[in-house]
Amino acid sequence: MTDTTEPTALLTAIDLTARDARVRKRHRAELRFRGYGIFSIGVAVAALLWLFTSLAVGGAGAVYTTYIKIDVHLDQTVIDPDATGDAAVFAKASYQSLIRSGLRNHFPGVTGRRDQRALNGLVTLAAPYLLRDIVLDDPALIGTKTGIWILASDEADLIARGKGTKRSTKSRNDGQAAWIAELRSQDRVERRFNWQFFTGGDSREPELAGILVAMIGSVLSLLVCFAVAFPVGVLAAVYLQEFARRTWITTLFEVNINNLAAVPSIIFGLLGLYIFLNVLHLPRSAPLVGGLVLALMTLPTIIIASRAALQSVPESIRDGALAVGASRVQAIFHHVVPIALPGMMTGTILGMARALGETAPLLMIGMVAFIVDVPKSILDPATALPVQIFLWADSPERAFVDKTSAAILVLLGFMVLMNAGAVLIRNRFEVRL
Amino acid sequence: MSMTENTATSLNAAAANSAPTQGGALLSARDIEVAYSGKVALSGVSLDILPNQVTALIGPSGCGKSTFLRCLNRMNDVIPGAKVSGEIMFDGHDILGADIDVVSLRRRVGMVFQKPNPFPKSIYDNIAYGPKIHGLAPNRDALDVIVRDSLERAGLWGEVHDRLKSPGTSLSGGQQQRLCIARAIAVKPDLILMDEPCSSLDPIATARIEELIDELRERYTIIIVTHSMQQAARVSQKTAFFYLGELVETGETDDIFTRPADKRTQAYITGRVG
Repeated sequence: MTDTTEPTALLTAIDLTARDARVRKRHRAELRFRGYGIFSIGVAVAALLWLFTSLAVGGAGAVYTTYIKIDVHLDQTVIDPDATGDAAVFAKASYQSLIRSGLRNHFPGVTGRRDQRALNGLVTLAAPYLLRDIVLDDPALIGTKTGIWILASDEADLIARGKGTKRSTKSRNDGQAAWIAELRSQDRVERRFNWQFFTGGDSREPELAGILVAMIGSVLSLLVCFAVAFPVGVLAAVYLQEFARRTWITTLFEVNINNLAAVPSIIFGLLGLYIFLNVLHLPRSAPLVGGLVLALMTLPTIIIASRAALQSVPESIRDGALAVGASRVQAIFHHVVPIALPGMMTGTILGMARALGETAPLLMIGMVAFIVDVPKSILDPATALPVQIFLWADSPERAFVDKTSAAILVLLGFMVLMNAGAVLIRNRFEVRL
Repeated sequence: MSMTENTATSLNAAAANSAPTQGGALLSARDIEVAYSGKVALSGVSLDILPNQVTALIGPSGCGKSTFLRCLNRMNDVIPGAKVSGEIMFDGHDILGADIDVVSLRRRVGMVFQKPNPFPKSIYDNIAYGPKIHGLAPNRDALDVIVRDSLERAGLWGEVHDRLKSPGTSLSGGQQQRLCIARAIAVKPDLILMDEPCSSLDPIATARIEELIDELRERYTIIIVTHSMQQAARVSQKTAFFYLGELVETGETDDIFTRPADKRTQAYITGRVG
């Protein structure tokens, strides 16, 4: 007995030391690997944080804007010399001269053409229209001298926030800074929420530019994109996955659909330009065409995602349905498609989220236009969020930098919403097998 | 076609009509050969299935018994590259014929699979689906009756009557398999094919299914594929032994297990092959 147990005991003792060393080495390797992982995630998170912080800082500048309170004498002789009391008459008056004289009254020392221009540049170019609207709202103001809050120009806004402007010369800048400082000491400078940004269209003047046209354009385009791409994509996927026989033709289709998913989006834009604008003569710059182009682009993604969803439905479900005498179409549309639908929806939403961020195809079909009026239908000219970002990023005025940040935040907000929707749909409708 | 016309008459009669075709057989297969992509899986199988009996198909894995079973409701059609030749006479028609409507065939020949595969729907909808698509229930009340009837016959009503709305997938494995049996019964078939129905169940659930098979024999004809010779011995009246794609021997279950005529059968049932 001793013959057999002793060598075994020895062997175990030797093995234990060697094994301990191996175990320690393995633990170190695992720790190291965990370290690499945490480091990689840290890099990604830091990059994201940096992006969001810089966007949020810039975006805040666009979400709040400066107003200046100016005592304006709403002179009856200017607004309504004949005392008609008629709104049509008020509307035609020269409010510009009222504002300018109001500004001059605050700073009587300002003389010379150039300085006066700089002074007038404190308020927005649209100030006369804003004042007109105030008067039309409340005609009782006519003849009085009141302090009226007027939207500041982009330059004045930047100065008020302590930032310089690239466009202005230094002296003009310094003069404006002094005036604003003086106004501020009189509590005549205020930061307010910039509703204009969320309710207006594009403008050459940064303080008037809004993102609504781009938002509506994006939403309408995506609706068109969904309405076209989802049914077509799902039916194509169902046919290819469930009905088509495996021949070289279907293989060819499959390879090409996978290739299409990787085609640069500008190519789809060119295709859309040719088919929808040049051949079918659909309206240029319209969300209809934008949506159709995005649908072309999203289609391969939807088909691939839908096929994967169909493929993941167990064969036993098809067998079960066929065995009780369901026809092939019944088995697929009553049992297989409902199970695959959440997966299909998720794929579609993710594809559309990608489409939401696309600029290139929209440039080709003219959704890059300068649009001031809010589109009322999918046939009206519109622009889209990423295109608006591109346009603003390209503008020389310093104040558009903030607008760009804010627009990017809006776009990212849309994307987060869509992706959250995808997760929600997946969790809510996923069928447990 | 006559297949569909017969649907109406066989509806009420259920198994009782079971119009015997040849020599009292409900179904008779002649010279069945099945090839998957040119590779022969089964050849020269001729077998008569008698009404209101349980026929067990036994044999080692890959011997072709499941393949044969899937010919009887044309489920091999689903498999790409599968080719079936021969003749299977059922109710006066060759069901392998091109003019056969597989939908009405599968209504009359139900199937229960190896792994319980209830639809991910409610228990009620699992049963009601078949009758609905075949138009067997003229109204909601009639459908309720069919659902209740089928669940009762599958011995499941007592366990699920108070939760018909809960998903079929929430049941235990054995209950799921009985749900699948109830689903097959609900379309009032003449013949029920069972492909190793107990292979994924524990012994208690298996015993429950075996009892059920014995009860169902009164109304339906059953063909069961099984790996367990004890099970074949317990539930069947007729046994067919398949080996390497051939039907080796067929006969009364008692005879096959006590006095097998073929050496290969004897080797298999005594556990020397397989």
